[in-house]
Amino acid sequence: MTDAMIGLVALPLTGALATLLLPRSATAVAVGTGLATTVAAGLLLFGVATQGALHYEIGGWNAGLGIALRADGLSALLLMMTSLVVLAASVYASAYFSADSTRDRFWPLWLLLWTSLNALLLSGDLFNLYVTLELLGLSAVALAALGGKRAAVAAALRYLLVGLLGSMMFLAGVSLIYAGYGTLDLAMLRRVVEPGPIAWTALALMTTGLLLKTALFPLHFWLPPAHASAPAPVSAVLSALVVKAAFYLVLRLWLDVFANVVTPVAANLLGLLGASAVLWGSWRALQAERLKLLAAYSTVAQLGYLFLFFPLLLALPPGPTRDLAAGGLVMLALTHGFAKAGLFLAIGIIQQRCGHDTIRDLDGTAQHLPATTFAIALAGVALIGLPPSGAFLGKWQLLAGAVETGQWLWLLVTATGSLLATAYIFRVLGHAFGHRPYPNQPVTVAREEWPALLLAAMAALVLGLAGAPVWKLLEIGI
Amino acid sequence: MNWDAWLPVLVVASSLLPGLVIFFLREGSHRLRTALNLVGAILKLVLVGILIWGVFHEHVYESRWTLAPGLDLVLHADTLSVLFVTLSTVLWLVTTVYAIGYLENAPHRSRFFGFFSLCVSATVGLALAGNLFTFVIFYELLTLSTYPLVAHRGTPEAVRGARIYLAYTLGGGMLLLIGTVWLHVLAGPTAFVEGGILGSLPTEYHPQLKVIFLLLIIGLGVKAALVPLHGWLPQAMVAPAPVSALLHAVAVVKAGAFGIVRVVYDVYGVNFTDQLGLLTGLGIAAAITIVYGSVKALFQDNLKKRLAYSTVSQVSYIALGTAILGPVGTIGGIVHLVHQGIMKITLFFTAGNYAETLGIHKVSEMNGVGRRMPATTLAFSVAALGMIGVPPVAGFVSKWYLGLGAVEAGMASWVMPVLITSSILNAAYFLPVLYRAWFRDPGPAWPAEHIPAARFETSAALLWPPVVTAMLALAAGLFAAAPYSPLEWATLIAHREYGL
Repeated sequence: MTDAMIGLVALPLTGALATLLLPRSATAVAVGTGLATTVAAGLLLFGVATQGALHYEIGGWNAGLGIALRADGLSALLLMMTSLVVLAASVYASAYFSADSTRDRFWPLWLLLWTSLNALLLSGDLFNLYVTLELLGLSAVALAALGGKRAAVAAALRYLLVGLLGSMMFLAGVSLIYAGYGTLDLAMLRRVVEPGPIAWTALALMTTGLLLKTALFPLHFWLPPAHASAPAPVSAVLSALVVKAAFYLVLRLWLDVFANVVTPVAANLLGLLGASAVLWGSWRALQAERLKLLAAYSTVAQLGYLFLFFPLLLALPPGPTRDLAAGGLVMLALTHGFAKAGLFLAIGIIQQRCGHDTIRDLDGTAQHLPATTFAIALAGVALIGLPPSGAFLGKWQLLAGAVETGQWLWLLVTATGSLLATAYIFRVLGHAFGHRPYPNQPVTVAREEWPALLLAAMAALVLGLAGAPVWKLLEIGI
Repeated sequence: MNWDAWLPVLVVASSLLPGLVIFFLREGSHRLRTALNLVGAILKLVLVGILIWGVFHEHVYESRWTLAPGLDLVLHADTLSVLFVTLSTVLWLVTTVYAIGYLENAPHRSRFFGFFSLCVSATVGLALAGNLFTFVIFYELLTLSTYPLVAHRGTPEAVRGARIYLAYTLGGGMLLLIGTVWLHVLAGPTAFVEGGILGSLPTEYHPQLKVIFLLLIIGLGVKAALVPLHGWLPQAMVAPAPVSALLHAVAVVKAGAFGIVRVVYDVYGVNFTDQLGLLTGLGIAAAITIVYGSVKALFQDNLKKRLAYSTVSQVSYIALGTAILGPVGTIGGIVHLVHQGIMKITLFFTAGNYAETLGIHKVSEMNGVGRRMPATTLAFSVAALGMIGVPPVAGFVSKWYLGLGAVEAGMASWVMPVLITSSILNAAYFLPVLYRAWFRDPGPAWPAEHIPAARFETSAALLWPPVVTAMLALAAGLFAAAPYSPLEWATLIAHREYGL
């Protein structure tokens, strides 16, 4: 199974080089790479489920010198989601880009982004995490600028600066840790780290850097323009995966490595920021005039929910109730990944077929694309958190944790946020019903509509109805 | 898994799978769509028949699927769920026939029938839900699948009506969800058990349990249209007639009322609810709704609106029956779940017939319509008389048991006046309609005659459904004492609930 770990990094990297060298067959190479990488992710998930957490030292060099790859339940799940989302978006992108020049630049960057995502999720020490985070940020910025319009470039430039600032803060924290403890290996660090000024300062620096990258309110300002002006498959991956990667690191640091360093006050602060993100993001999504902006603000809100779990997890004693809540958190993150990717892909179809994505003018136009509209509806169900989506199970655990620990504020925020989400999703769907008859075919652009539909269905149906193994897998390490 | 575990799943799947296929059918494949609809509906009827037989003989049908640790999706058939499943299944078959006739040549039929099937699947799932968690899931699915049906016509009023419907029901759903989660934290998985499960909780939980009860009842009361949560129902009148039938008789308001029955009898337990002092509050809310709905109905000239307010009033008889402690009141409430459904669906079918055939939408346009459409008007009259409570139509049986139950429970002092007032008001808003239809002379022309009189007064697919349901309403009253009648089944439920 260690082969699968190597494959997850090596395959997309090789693919990136191949698409650079063979631009003519780039699409075929990329989709083939996508399939192979997804198989590797599936194998890894299976391996972790059957054998427990995996560990591999490249070239036999041990930690401290060499590069170590490791995978536990959490990273295996996120790798699986990453693979499915990127694969679906790759199929979509193969039909999406019409100009050859854009496509030639797209594929190498795309696969590089995938490589850095996978490497980040498999890394076991802070320095490699910093490197992959930086790589991820740079390839994401390049992709975001691919639209080539002035607004896209301006947004990408801002994205670049914010990303660099975030990385620098993260690096400062990492240096502090190295100075204080002499190691960057997460497993070793977990054993030696203890509450004190060094750990607190380092954690604060790293967390702030990561919050900037994961766009937690009020550090979200760069996200809506960047995500709303990128090409559709890029927006999908930025919103679904790239911000999640930074969030994954926060989770890893707070719940795993620095678990005995974090304090309830700090967790409550994260919770408050999360609550503000939920309310502000949802409210702005409701005000948005364009679909893509709506989706981007919805990402701000959805990330907020994830941070509401921190005060709950810190208040709950270790045990089955806490594990349930942690599972709910991961379930919510996974559902959002699939749903948001599906939503952005669907919006891309509307934008291309109708020439705009102004919500007010969607009457009639969205009706010609029933499958696309249905994908938006499914993704919407998952974003609101209605059954049978995975987000329903996630929010159930969020509410249950809030009741269990008597933190009623988070319950109120969750309820309000969900109602706001209902409002902004159905503001869009209300336009989809009108007089014009459907065209004869329910599916019009198969290569674009199926990926969007499948991703949305994954969020709204599969995770909710067959998501119980997520909790099982998280017993193998979070 | 054996057959017993599969049966509840099959009952849900028999409409779910055809519905999913229908979404992908071309608009023109009329025959295939009709065939799928009817095969699904008839198959469901057969499966439900097996279920009835099995549950009567105390067979256990249960399917269980784990969604998350400690959270199981449970489909379980008990006497109460079978009652609701049977009602929905029978009325769904009739409504499908009606909808096929009603929507002939209308656009978006694949979308309509797709959501139509999903809606019934959600209702049946909700009826078979074996715990509160499962109930909440299907309750929300029901909201989601009816929204496109209410918005179906796509006019600004339709979209607006659908939006109001959604705001009410999803808002209520959120309260229901919070109540359910809270209860889950206090008491663990809340399976529906005859007699309830919460009575054994320590007394320090009682204040919390009262708040939770309030949350649950408000959440359910939105769909059951308890005043002041009823505002969506008259607004949703813009929907096509088969959808109104679905909202008022088969699915939505029934889901709310059924949920109240479940929470009182099978989660809290009726004696424990009474012990917490919550039954009286529920009874008062129901009584206010009954009178308020009837008064509002008096002043509506629009026929469908008048029927909508009548639903507001009539559905609360079920809640009233729940609030009356003792088996007789319980029987009255539960049997009305069925009786109101059969009678109200007849009324909406006939209202749809008037509109589709002659363009009649208002009570004031109905003069002499009995001569032009005698069969439809006869069906309307039977159902209206039943609503008033005239024997031998089904509505009489419900009111009789409610009154008797109130006397037995010593609540007659306020239940009886409510029943009498409401019956007088029912008569006041239905009898003038009957008088106009049968005894006034028709005007020179109908508002807009779409379907000319031929062999039948209107097209066959529109005519037979209300005639059949009117006969059912009559039969449910005439043969109330026959085995497997709604009344007998309600008696069985009440006996098992009270352990008689």
